[in-house]
Amino acid sequence: MSYYEPKDLADFPNITEWAADQGNKFFEYYGAATGAGKLTEREKSLIALTVAITQNCPYCIDAYTTKCMSLGISSEEMMEAAHTGAAMMAGVTLAHSTQMRKIIKKKEM
Amino acid sequence: MDTREQLRVLSRTGDSLSFAGKIREINMFPLFAKGIEIFQINTGRRCNLSCRHCHVDAGPHRTQIMSKPILDKCLEILSSFPISTIDITGGSPEMNPHLEWFIGDAARLNRRLIVRSNLTLLLEEPYRHLMDVFAQNRVEIVTSLPDYLETKSDRQRGTGTFAKVVEAMRELNLRGYGMKGSDLLIDIVHNPVGAYLPGSQAALEHEYRERLLTEQGVHFNQLFCLTNLPVGRYLDYLIESGNFEDYLSTLCHSFNPAAVKNVMCLTTLSVGWNGSLYDCDFNQMLDLTVNSGAPSSIMDFDMDKLKNREIVINNHCYGCVAGCGSSCQGATTTGD
Repeated sequence: MSYYEPKDLADFPNITEWAADQGNKFFEYYGAATGAGKLTEREKSLIALTVAITQNCPYCIDAYTTKCMSLGISSEEMMEAAHTGAAMMAGVTLAHSTQMRKIIKKKEM
Repeated sequence: MDTREQLRVLSRTGDSLSFAGKIREINMFPLFAKGIEIFQINTGRRCNLSCRHCHVDAGPHRTQIMSKPILDKCLEILSSFPISTIDITGGSPEMNPHLEWFIGDAARLNRRLIVRSNLTLLLEEPYRHLMDVFAQNRVEIVTSLPDYLETKSDRQRGTGTFAKVVEAMRELNLRGYGMKGSDLLIDIVHNPVGAYLPGSQAALEHEYRERLLTEQGVHFNQLFCLTNLPVGRYLDYLIESGNFEDYLSTLCHSFNPAAVKNVMCLTTLSVGWNGSLYDCDFNQMLDLTVNSGAPSSIMDFDMDKLKNREIVINNHCYGCVAGCGSSCQGATTTGD
């Protein structure tokens, strides 16, 4: 048995169990935030896929890769989005080296 | 895989209820027809293409073609009852030698007259003149184009198919099909190129319209999203690619009660190449003829018994009620 199993994804709607009020509010918010608005459903799905990949969530990667395919988003477009996420992660890491550099410069003679 | 084996495979719904059990749970079992609004005629299983998703298992090797006496009987029934839509499908309807005559007679009945064409044959002799036959008879053309990307579309339908469809669409556009202000309609069917469900029909239609116009210079009227049902060659694909269990599970978990109310079999009668009657084209490919006392051959057609018949269901029916619902006319709910 693996901690992450594909069939667990189907159990996601049941996270309302034991805390229905909060769970239902989450799903209401989730639907509003991911549905078409000023941004299209395609744009939001690519954002969601990129976040899923950078945050290493296998459930979300499964769900949003499939959703992007369903919306006709090509493999090339998804891979470009993955690179945007990768570049952001690299940038975020290097931007934090600013803190490191600041501390080094303050403490070194 | 023969039909009995297909039904055996479809019985494996895992943790999910059978389709009959699922609709019983929402108090909709059994399903009864609400009349016949769409008379769908499968003119034969012969086709010039062998698409990987085809539930008909159609191809150049198939020999089953609807005969003229059965087409005559279809016209007799259509003349006798106010059925609003005549929907001609196949295989390739063009490969039935009686098509041109049938269209001419059917057009005189002044109904919505649809031909489902893969378009590729219309670029070849002796079929090229059918473009004009369709236009003269105000035939609504419904064509399959699984993706607006050539490579993806061709993976499903065969190399070079996308280019031929686009070329035929350009010629049809020149005749007025799909053009603003014209009453000649050409619609596109989108179905996923793989083991996933179609997305929002409105979003995909927007994308198709933009891409086909800017990249290919072609116009169309509506996009119909169809879910691939696990029947025929598509079922083979699901099993061979190791996707069957996940796909059937996805269909079961995407069950939409609102789509059950609009499912196409409630208003459709499907006629097979040999005159057998079915609730839909998918039942036809599984040899599930109409049942529960209604006649199963067109030669015994009885409107009173057929219009309220009990629908024959099985687990492939999950495909028509998953997500936004699916039918030969596209999504059956808006998904709101």
